[in-house]
Amino acid sequence: MMEWGSWSAFWAMGGYGLYVWGSFAMTALAIAVEVVQLRQAGRQTLQQLKRLNKWESE
Amino acid sequence: MSINWYKYSAPATFYGLAVRLAPWFGGAAAILTVIGLYLSFFVAPTDFQQGEAYRVIFIHVPAAWMSMFIYLVMAAWAAVGLAFNTRLSFMMARALAPTGAMFTFVALWTGAFWGKPMWGAWWVWDARLTSELILLFLYVGIMALWAAIDDPRRGDKAGALLALIGAINVPIIYFSVKWWNTLHQGSSIKPSGTSMDEVMLAGMVVMAIAAWFYTIAVVFVRVRRIILERERHTEWVKHVLEGA
Repeated sequence: MMEWGSWSAFWAMGGYGLYVWGSFAMTALAIAVEVVQLRQAGRQTLQQLKRLNKWESE
Repeated sequence: MSINWYKYSAPATFYGLAVRLAPWFGGAAAILTVIGLYLSFFVAPTDFQQGEAYRVIFIHVPAAWMSMFIYLVMAAWAAVGLAFNTRLSFMMARALAPTGAMFTFVALWTGAFWGKPMWGAWWVWDARLTSELILLFLYVGIMALWAAIDDPRRGDKAGALLALIGAINVPIIYFSVKWWNTLHQGSSIKPSGTSMDEVMLAGMVVMAIAAWFYTIAVVFVRVRRIILERERHTEWVKHVLEGA
């Protein structure tokens, strides 16, 4: 743990744990939401376009 | 070897390029994030004024940079689209907006979580914070406009125009700490040099490059979907769809 000494000291962040981890956690969440949403939208679009093109060619 | 750039300005060829490059940028972003986090938490020393609270800087500053850079890139694509009526330019602008909005939100959120312990307030109506909030509204407004207009070509132009007008806000954000007496601190990095510890600076720069690579990867994936939607009557898209 190098400079921190212990895990509890690491999580405490010198008393600023809420602010530091609140920032990093929200960033991770925002990125996760974007990536998941992007994958779902991509899959939906593919299926939708396949259906549309099939329907139009009939 | 000469590269035919005109070839890549066509959606069909750019599609292939985006498919091939996206995973590489995504992978590079992941590796750089790990290195950046390591520097942020295990190498960078405690700040003598702010204690550990300053570590928010490693996401706050890169996110704030991205929020402005992405806006400028989006506005540039919008300008190219309006000037030359190139389809791919508008598609790029559309693909950039959600990620720009995401980084703007992150910059505001982490700013609040840094402001609370340092200033004693989550939010103040100071010039820097207010102009950054306006940036978020601009992103959301432009995306809403694009979503509201059914005719894609008309929507492209309306959204692009709003993006261009809103670009005035970016220099206002950047210089707000100079022009007004703000609670927000001035820039740590200036053309004349930096006031930061080298290790802290390195951590911030690595995180910023990671954010760039992430943005490129995500925008390529998003523009792929937009290209398929918009070009769905073309032979090449029909071919892609049959293969998928």
